[in-house]
Amino acid sequence: MQTAFIYVGIFFCLIMLLPLYRAVFGPTILDRLIGVNAIGSKTTALLILIGLIYQRVDMFVDIALAYATLNFIAVLATSRYFQKRKGLYKDQ
Amino acid sequence: MTIVSLVLIIGGLVFFAGGSVGILRFPDIYSRLHPAGKMDTMGLFLTMSGMAVYVLRDFSLSALLTALKIMLIVVFIFITSPTATHAIADAGMRAGLPQWTKHPGGKK
Repeated sequence: MQTAFIYVGIFFCLIMLLPLYRAVFGPTILDRLIGVNAIGSKTTALLILIGLIYQRVDMFVDIALAYATLNFIAVLATSRYFQKRKGLYKDQ
Repeated sequence: MTIVSLVLIIGGLVFFAGGSVGILRFPDIYSRLHPAGKMDTMGLFLTMSGMAVYVLRDFSLSALLTALKIMLIVVFIFITSPTATHAIADAGMRAGLPQWTKHPGGKK
């Protein structure tokens, strides 16, 4: 079962590369924000998977909850910061 | 019990893969938000419930507490993910980001 979890974790890391392209080459700032949010929500699942691999789930659950909170606050603060910039996206 | 958890985790991975490809391939930001929201709710719910079932395979009080915490993360993300998606769409609308149309420059 441990090897199955390791393979699932590797598949998670490979899937994370697709939103990473959107986060690096996104045409606008909000596209980059979507990519970062998608990577963060995958990391929440990956942290519990790491806990299952190392058999310390009770510790990694708290880290995953803190990471989910931090991801939500970062997305909310960034989108509130960029919403009043009129003319920011005129060049595309 | 482990078979059930493995099936749930692989079902969640299918949703995660579909959402990631959708983020990569949709044309504009408002349509890219749709696979992002699906990925956060359905994929994370299936994956986390699979892990909670695996934790509960030999029943004890601490295992029950850990599984409840995992499902608490799912409830938290069910509340916060639509809020974040709405905030991104709202920021795009207020900044005047143009929407994708099939014929740019008016209808034919």
